[in-house]
Amino acid sequence: MFAYTVKRLIQMVVVLWAVSVIVFLMMSFTGDPVFMVIPIDSSDAEIEQARRILGLDRSLTEQYFIFLGNLLQGDFGTSYVFRQPAIDLILERLPATMEIVVVAMVIATTIAIPLGVYAGANPGKPLSRLIMSGSLLGISLPGFWVGMMLIYFFAVEWRIFPSSGRGDTVEVFGVPTSLLTADGWSHVLLPAITLSVGTLAILLRITRAGMMEVSRQDYMKFARAKGVSRRGVLYGHGLRNGLIPVVTIFGLQLGDLIAFATITETIFGWPGMGKLLVDSIYRADRPVIVVYLMLVALIFVVINFLIDILYTMIDPRITVK
Amino acid sequence: MTMQSESRDPLLSVRDLRTWFHTFSGVVKAVNDVSFDLAQGEIMGLVGESGGGKSVVGFSILGLIDPPGRIEGGQILLDGEDLAKAPEDRLRKIRGREIAMIFQDPMTSLNPVHTIGRQMDEMLRLHTDMDEAARRRRCIEMLESVGISQAEDRLRAYPHQFSGGMRQRVVIAIAMLAHPRLIIADEPTTALDVTIQSQILKLMKRQVADHGASMILVTHDLAVVSEVVDKITVLYCGQVVERGDVRDVISAPSHPYTRGLIDSIPNPDHRQPRLSQIPGTVPDIRNLPKGCNFRDRCPRAQALCAQEEPKLAPTRQSLFAACHFPIGTGGDA
Ligand SMILES: Nc1ncnc2c1ncn2[C@@H]1O[C@H](COP(=O)(O)OP(=O)(O)O)[C@@H](O)[C@H]1O
Ligand code: SF4
Ligand SMILES: [Mg+2]
Repeated sequence: MFAYTVKRLIQMVVVLWAVSVIVFLMMSFTGDPVFMVIPIDSSDAEIEQARRILGLDRSLTEQYFIFLGNLLQGDFGTSYVFRQPAIDLILERLPATMEIVVVAMVIATTIAIPLGVYAGANPGKPLSRLIMSGSLLGISLPGFWVGMMLIYFFAVEWRIFPSSGRGDTVEVFGVPTSLLTADGWSHVLLPAITLSVGTLAILLRITRAGMMEVSRQDYMKFARAKGVSRRGVLYGHGLRNGLIPVVTIFGLQLGDLIAFATITETIFGWPGMGKLLVDSIYRADRPVIVVYLMLVALIFVVINFLIDILYTMIDPRITVK
Repeated sequence: MTMQSESRDPLLSVRDLRTWFHTFSGVVKAVNDVSFDLAQGEIMGLVGESGGGKSVVGFSILGLIDPPGRIEGGQILLDGEDLAKAPEDRLRKIRGREIAMIFQDPMTSLNPVHTIGRQMDEMLRLHTDMDEAARRRRCIEMLESVGISQAEDRLRAYPHQFSGGMRQRVVIAIAMLAHPRLIIADEPTTALDVTIQSQILKLMKRQVADHGASMILVTHDLAVVSEVVDKITVLYCGQVVERGDVRDVISAPSHPYTRGLIDSIPNPDHRQPRLSQIPGTVPDIRNLPKGCNFRDRCPRAQALCAQEEPKLAPTRQSLFAACHFPIGTGGDA
């Protein structure tokens, strides 16, 4: 276990380094950010000066090593636009994003698993067919369309929920959260539901496939021959055996939602990381984009690590090496 | 009835059982008018080639036939209670408690993600009101009685940490835990090494005797049953073709199919694997021929066999056979 953790930590460092190189290179091909930070009527001398201040006058290699050196000292760069450390800007918005993502994952999982278990255990029943058709719809509907429909009905037509913004927040250990106020929840629900739809559909289908496979296994019939109820067999014996692929997809989806809640946050004016990313791309705020992508890489690596640990907890035959 | 075993009050009495599967390609009459009795403490071998309906009989008794299968008719009387008509919640109390089942493949009949202890404990939690400490003691005793050492530690182990033979011992221990009155063992040794097979059989026989239980030993291997069982029921295409006390069946069967099964028992004294094999193959059960189902493979078949279906009738000693020209009754040429 210790060796495994060390191995994963080294792997994490390598991944982050690779991401830093790729991101840095990509960024340097995407236009000159200097024009984004100086007034339009600046003189050539002023442009040169701005370049020097931003370090853009040096060679690419030099720029990279300065960038890397700063990273190692915990300096992740300063936003051209906000003139604040890029990492602070992102971390400030991380809780808002995590909030809708966590709510979305909870909604997706609590609905997907029972429906998936049912559809897997009762293939061919009308309700199973309905569930499967619904999940196909959920996979194929684009998120922005779902968001717009929700806004149209719940915010515009029926006026049940507000259409945008974050609502009241309360600080818990210094982190603002809207999950402790009614107003906060009324703002969270629509974007969270929007985010959950695709994940719900995928998790449901994976759960169903797992249960169909597991239902054929002898130990399911042996459990019934012991007198376990049908439900007890499905949830007590079947689910855990079908869970490995579900957990895999859960991890991928979780990372995906954290990293790319962008569209949903934009539609709902949700002040999360995704919206910051869009704004930063628009303004060519290179340091913010770099830190954002590195943070996303870090999140994926950490999630992967946790999923691996989870595998070993689910199935005793799996050991980490 | 003249048979001694049937004069006792049977524990289990299966009457005209029909279990059919309604598949897309037709109705599979997997079990069609099967009847037999089993007295308390008796061991019956249920034999026949693969596909004969042996497993379906076992699952029917436990009420574990899933769609597209259905019990179409007949009675399964356990102490006079008809299980074929019992509701699911009653059957759940019977499964494990009154009737336990042992499956063919011990590698797959235990849940890989639960400890042995948990899988044993589940049986006792379902069927007894013992407290945790008592359940644990019973599990340890049970493991020891099936020959598993360090039972206390083994409770914490997972199935994949055991060999096939050990796993089947665990399965037997689970089956015996709630002291059921009937064990249905579906080819319990088929998946095991030959050297372990007889150990496991002896263990099962002893366990059944110790608990005063009855057992249906399902097998396609007549050599296996002859050492263990009191009587034999032979299934072919979902029907009983012969039944009787084990000595009579093995020494002088009256149905040509049983004769064929006995002749294909490998002789342990010779290297040669099989003396002979029944020629031909089992007919498609969805599309059975008129008359006797065994006709195409039978060395004794005559014109009558193609026209009229033979009915189960007494032949010699304890034997009943469904054959127009049973062996040893004058019809021999
Ligand atoms: N779930 C099922 N669906 C359709 N046919 C089945 C099903 N289960 C068993 N059968 C059929 O019932 C017949 C008897 O099967 P089985 O009892 O498993 O035979 P045995 O145990 O004697 O080898 C076979 O023809 C088999 O194809
Ligand atoms: S009835 Fe005829 S075909 Fe069938 S087993 Fe007897 S002799 Fe053979
Ligand atoms: Mg079978």
